[in-house]
Formats: sequence, structure tokens, C-alpha cells
Amino acid sequence: MTSNVPAIEPDYLHAQTNRKGIGAWIFSTDHKRIGILYMVSMLVFFMTAVVLGVLMRLEMLTPGKTIMQPQTYNTFFTLHGIMMIFLFIIPGLPAVFGNFLLPLMIGAKDVFFPRLNLLSWWLFITGGLLALVSLFLPGGPADTGWTFYVPYSIRTTTNVIPALFAAFILGFSSILTGLNFITTIHRMRAPGMTWFKMPLFTWALYSTAWIQILATPVIGITLLLVVVERLFGVGIFDPNLGGDPVLYQHLFWIYSHPAVYIMILPGLGVVSEILPVFARRTIFGYKVIAYSSLAIAFIGSLVWAHHMFTVGMSNTGMFIFSLLTFLVSIPSAIKVFNWIATLYKGSIKIEVPFLFVLSFIFQFSIGGLTGLMLGVLAVNIHVQDTYFVVGHFHYVMFGGTGFGLMAAMHFWFPKMFGKMFKKTPAIIGWLLMTIGFNTLYFPMFILGYLGMPRRYYDYLPQYQSYHIVSTVGSWILFIGILVIFINLLISLKKGMKASANPWGGKTLEWTVASPPPVENFHEIPVVEKGPYDYSEYEIKPELIK
Amino acid sequence: MSQHEEQHTQHSIGYGRYILIWLGLLAFTGITVTLAGIDLGRWVIITSLVIASIKSILVLNVFMHLKFEDKMFKIFVLVAVATLVIFISLTFFDYAFY
Amino acid sequence: MTTAATTHTHRDDVGSRMGMWLFLFTELILFGGLFIIYAVYRFKFPEQFSLAARELDTLIGTVNTIILLTSSLTVALSITAIQQGKKHLSMMLIGMTIIFALAFLVNKYFEWSHKISIGIYPQSPELLNKPPGEILYFGLYYVMTGLHALHVIIGMVVLLFSMVFIASGKINQQSYVKLEAGGLYWHLVDIIWIFLFPLFYLIS
Ligand code: HEM
Repeated sequence: MTSNVPAIEPDYLHAQTNRKGIGAWIFSTDHKRIGILYMVSMLVFFMTAVVLGVLMRLEMLTPGKTIMQPQTYNTFFTLHGIMMIFLFIIPGLPAVFGNFLLPLMIGAKDVFFPRLNLLSWWLFITGGLLALVSLFLPGGPADTGWTFYVPYSIRTTTNVIPALFAAFILGFSSILTGLNFITTIHRMRAPGMTWFKMPLFTWALYSTAWIQILATPVIGITLLLVVVERLFGVGIFDPNLGGDPVLYQHLFWIYSHPAVYIMILPGLGVVSEILPVFARRTIFGYKVIAYSSLAIAFIGSLVWAHHMFTVGMSNTGMFIFSLLTFLVSIPSAIKVFNWIATLYKGSIKIEVPFLFVLSFIFQFSIGGLTGLMLGVLAVNIHVQDTYFVVGHFHYVMFGGTGFGLMAAMHFWFPKMFGKMFKKTPAIIGWLLMTIGFNTLYFPMFILGYLGMPRRYYDYLPQYQSYHIVSTVGSWILFIGILVIFINLLISLKKGMKASANPWGGKTLEWTVASPPPVENFHEIPVVEKGPYDYSEYEIKPELIK
Repeated sequence: MSQHEEQHTQHSIGYGRYILIWLGLLAFTGITVTLAGIDLGRWVIITSLVIASIKSILVLNVFMHLKFEDKMFKIFVLVAVATLVIFISLTFFDYAFY
Repeated sequence: MTTAATTHTHRDDVGSRMGMWLFLFTELILFGGLFIIYAVYRFKFPEQFSLAARELDTLIGTVNTIILLTSSLTVALSITAIQQGKKHLSMMLIGMTIIFALAFLVNKYFEWSHKISIGIYPQSPELLNKPPGEILYFGLYYVMTGLHALHVIIGMVVLLFSMVFIASGKINQQSYVKLEAGGLYWHLVDIIWIFLFPLFYLIS
């Protein structure tokens, strides 16, 4: 570009800007800094919500009151749900790693609308703070569950309105991110990077972004309507005024079911990114994986009413939505098969990100298969609103995406901060997390099958043994999370310097320094090969270093 | 640093053409109001929606220049509209079959 | 881009317009949610909907439709004007658009206040006595036309900014994608109305 580039460019973490201190971060339009901003804020919300979760589990240790009042439990699961969904898992991979990596992966200097990108972080923070503020306003925190079902959400006296607004603002932030990503992918790919030379994570982001754009507004308007209904008594959903609460549920899930694909698709993308690197093999069935992302995004938008099989839908409706639910499992399963095929005959190198990916595949499969069970009408009627559902979605969202996020965090940590993390504590953390996770959530399937309903602070004594196991699991998991994060934090300061490409990755982000320079690429690269070209290992399986 | 001239597509439309489209839109408004005056029963909603769609297509194509944009833009618009149509029709699998 | 971190040296108008279109889709779906609700309730209460629609004044609705269509025309023309370098003509056309928008809102104001004066507003005793279909119809009427009016106001602000930018030369014959984006937004507001009008005014 220009001839006056200094010999050693400052990296994005240390670059001089015209603002000082924290201002250089929270007003930065550099996609990498925005990614880190998201990461820090998101992890704060995550830890808060984890603590709420662990406290809820503590309450479930014994029947009756253990540590909290019923109303406290109601507000806890509501907040836990809102924070985990809107503040952790939806922005988690796309906003953190998507922002950081997308331009690097496609060979661009930034996203297409850098200032819009910053705006979406500000919206995110505003929404997050609003959710937190609603805790302390008179009236008490919302107790509706994260689903805000009417008519209860119209009647309850708790602070539903700030919570609804928070979700609305967060949705807007998510829309802007999606819009930015689609434009970036369409307009800013480096020369030679055709659609089918794009890394699979980018494909996942692309599919996700479409859902963000086309589904999020539905929940935006739905939540606003509840606000309007509460404030002005306009008749929309309130059955007293002739409204139909089931219609609310339709609209809610028109967004919120595709939203679970906003959560999981980037996770699937991360796995497709990490596996070939540690198997030293080209990903098996690249195009199929790319297309299956789009297919998941598309079919996933058509299955929403499987959350509503017990509300008294028409039989035709139930039948159609059950069928569509089966269909959506096909592209997801295709991905899993492709990953397994990638591992076959690979020269596998066991590293921390890879271990998290293995847990991901295991847990995501359980989550997916129990999801299929839930799609079966007869089974669904039996286990709807029980712990079976709680187990299922934690397996997918936490066991899947959450572990995918951990994998991503370790995989790209060297790139983001230019430091390596300590391996042994990370492996211990991984082991604790995996054991803790399965101890925590597997008993929930059995509990649900036996009839333990969700969202209750109390239960019949016959369920206690399973609840004890589950609560102990939550402690192990919690310790695991702490070990992981403390290790990463220490490594930030004390870690060894990372090279540009510590894992032997082939995608473009590994061609620039760690941490990347402000402008990403001196010269926009020209891409000739596909993203996972490991042909050299087929001759000589000896690993470098 | 020279400006890249790559993407500055100029597709200026004459004033006359816009005014023609505008007249067309007014005409369709007249038609739909008149039709609604006649008692067409359940056809009212269908004719009104058809006319509204025609009007939107005019606005989209000419006023919004969609006609002159990249093919990709047209696909986008189709996807967005199709999404909305699918949302509505799938919802009716519940309501239309009691 | 004036920030230190990014120095864009070339611009890509197609990309900017793409971003704008994507944003319009979200607006479309935002209203789409309301259209779903409308469709379902109309399906459930067809007679009550058409009964309630009698309360609406088709004349005002038609006038407002014409106003909005014309304002769409003037925005479109202003882009051609700027492309030909006619700065003042372009600004004048945008000014006209804003005036049309104001006229639309004034009309809307009278329409709403008339409704309110005859006792049709949320939670009014008058309305609560009506059958559920009519309550829902008027709930939707207020929400949908209200949200639309909000968009008209936002559109006015956007166009006002475009006018300022033309005056300051930020939007000019070579670079007018900002005006195009504003125009696109305005046309979308128009399209939404093209559907709202028959759905509320022409179904009696
Ligand atoms: C240490 C981690 C976690 C623990 C101990 C935990 C625990 C719990 C518990 C006890 C409940 C309430 C069950 C009930 O009574 O119905 C719950 C609900 C929920 N959790 Fe978690 N969870 C954790 C992590 C997560 C993560 C990572 C996510 C999402 C990505 C998540 C999403 C949710 C949601 C959406 C609900 C439903 C809230 C509602 O019913 O409105 N959780 N969790």
C-alpha cells in the first residue's frame, strides 16, 4: 500500500492511537479490539450467570427450601436464561471470534462497516447493563423465565419492561453484526478467495448472519408488543381482550428457534476449523459442510413450533413441525460424520483445543439425539417442560457451543494475545469440565423421564439422589471453569511468546504475526489454495517442531 | 494513492421515467380504492393485496433501482420476501386446521 | 473513516448499498411480525375486522397514500438531480419530501385524535364493550400505523441530514451513496404503507 511502513509494525494490542487508556479500546473501530471488547464483557456476564446456575443447583440439593425462597429461584432462572442466551451464547462466537477472525480469514483489513461494528458493541453493553439494572429497580427482577410468555409477562408486577427492552436492544446489536458480516463476506474477500476457498468458520458465520438478519426482527417486534401491551393496555396477546397467547409463542419461537442455530452454527464452524489442523488432514467433504451450514440455517427457520407441542396446536401443525424437525437433524448429522471421517487416518496431535473439540462432538451428539427424541410427538408430550428438556438444551448449548467456545479460546489465544497458555492446567481444566458437565446434566435426562418438572425450586423426595449427583457435577464443572480461566489469565502475563503459527494452521490468520498488526495485512494476500491443504503430510507424516 | 474507480456504478434514471412510474402508482391506488367500493366479498382482500404487490414491485424496481443492481441484490430480496411468506404460511398450519 | 485504526482508501458503493438493503430486510421482517399477527386475527375474526374497518376514513387514507407516493417520487428525483450535479434542485426535492412527510403526519394526527375523541383507544370503555375482533383490530391499527409513523419521523431526520450533507458538499455528484441509502429507507416506508393502506382501510 504505502512505502513508509515502519520496519517493525506495532501490533494491534500496543498500537498508538489518538485516545489514551480505556478510550483507546471502547472507541476503537479496529475489528480485533472490538472482538476483545466483546470477549471481556461477554465473559463477565457468563461468569455471573454461571454463579446463578450453581446457586440454583445448590438449592436443588435437598427438597424444600435449601438456600433460597421460591420467588428468588424464579428470578434466578429467568436471569440465568436471559444472560446465558442473549449476553453469552448468541454474541459468544460470532461477535467475539467472528469479529476478530472474519477479516483475517478472508484477507481483509477490517469489516465493511467498522463504525457500525463499534455501535453494535455499545448496544450490546447498553442492553447488558439494562438487564443488570433491572435487578435493582423497585419491583424486583423479572420472574417470567427467559421466554417471557404472555399472559403472565403482562400481569406480573416485576421489572419485565427493562428486561424486555434489554433483549430488544441486544437483538438490534446482533442484527448489526450480522449485516456487517454479510456485507464483508460479499465485498471484501481477498483476490482469489472464491466462495469455496473460504474457511468453514466463515461459512458458518455467513449462514448465522442471515438468521440474525431475518429472524431477530420478529422477536424485536414481539417483545416490543408486550411492552406496549403492559404500558398502554393495547389488545394484542391478552386473552382478556380477545388476544391469543399461543400466537405470542409462535412469534417468540419464530426467532428463538432459529436463534439456537445462531448459537450452534458458529460452534460447528469452529470444530470444522480446528479438526483438520490437529488431524493434519484436509477436512473431509468441504463443500458438503459448507452447504450443510446453509441448509441448517434454512430448515432451522422452519421448525419453531416443536417447542409448542403441548399448547393445543392443530394436528396438522404438529405433524408438519415434527417432520421438519427430523429433517433439520440431517445436515447436522452430516457434519458429525464428516468430522469423524476427517479424523480417520489422520496424524492426530493431541492439544488442548482438540480435546475440547472431542468433548464437543460427544456432547453435541447426545444433545442432538435427545433433540430428535423431543421431536417425536409422543415422547414430547411426556417430557415437555421437564428436566429432560433442561438436559437437552444444556447439552447442545453448553456441551456444544460452550465447549466450542472454550476450544476457540485456546486455539486462537496465541493469535489474539501473542502468548502461549500453559498446557497441563488447561488439560486438567478440560478434564474437570467434561466430567463435571456430564455429571451435572446427564442425570437430568433421567429426572425428566421420571417426571421432574423444570422451573421448580422444590421436588418430591424420590428424585433426590439424582439431584445430588447433578449438584455435585455443578461443583466439579465450576472448578473446571475456574481452572481454565485462571490459567488463561496467568498466561496472558506469563505465557511464552507465541509464534505466528503455533499449531500449523493453513488459513490466512496464521500467516500474519501474533498478535496481528493493526492493518492485518501489509499487502492483501492473493489466495490460490483451498483452506485446509495438508497434502504435504500425506508423504511425510513427521510433524514440524 | 489513486482512487479505485471500480465500483462507482452510475445508473442515472431520467426524470420522465420516474414521473411515469409515479402516475402508474397513482392509477393503481385509484383502482384499488374503487374496487374496494364495489362489494367483491372475499375477493377484496385478494385484489387489494395483488395490487399492493404490483405497486411495491414498481417502487422496488424503479424507485429503489433494484432493476439496475447486481443479481445478488435480487436474490437477497427474494430470500427476504420468501422468508416472510414462509413464516406466515407455516403459522397457518396451526390456525387453518382446527 | 478518520479513526487511526482504519484508513480506507477506496470506497465501494455497491457494498454500502448492500448493507442498506440488508437493513431494510430487518425492517421488513419487523413489520412482518405484525403482518403475521394481523393475518391470524383477521382469519379468526373476519366479520368483526370488516365491521371495525368501517370506522376508518377511506378518504384520509387515500390522501395519505397519494402523499407518500409523491414523496417517494421526489426522493427518487433528488438522486437523479445530484447525479447531474444540480445541487440546489436536489436539496429542493428533498425539502419537498420532508414537507410531504409532515403533511402525512398531520393527517395521521387528525385521524388518531378523531378516533380518540369518539372513544376508540386502548382500554377505553367504548372499545372494551366491543367484540374481541374489533378490540384486536384497533390494537393492531394503533400499533401498526404508530410504528409506521415512527418510521416516517426517522426517515425525515435521515433526509434532513442528507440535505445538510448536500449543502456542506459531503454528498456530491461523485459520492452520493448516503443519499441513496436515505432514499432506500424512505421507499421502504412507502412500501409498508402500500400494504397497510388496503389492510386497514379497504376491507370494510
Ligand atoms: C455452570 C453452568 C450452568 C449451570 C450450573 C446451569 C444450571 C441451570 C439450572 C439449575 C437451570 C434451571 C433449571 C430449572 O429449574 O428449570 C438452568 C436453566 C437454564 N440454563 Fe443453565 N446452567 C449452566 C450453564 C448454562 C449455559 C452455558 C447456558 C446457555 C448457553 C444455559 C442456559 C440456560 C437456559 C436458557 C435455562 C432456562 C431458563 C428458563 O427456564 O427460563 N445454562 N440452568
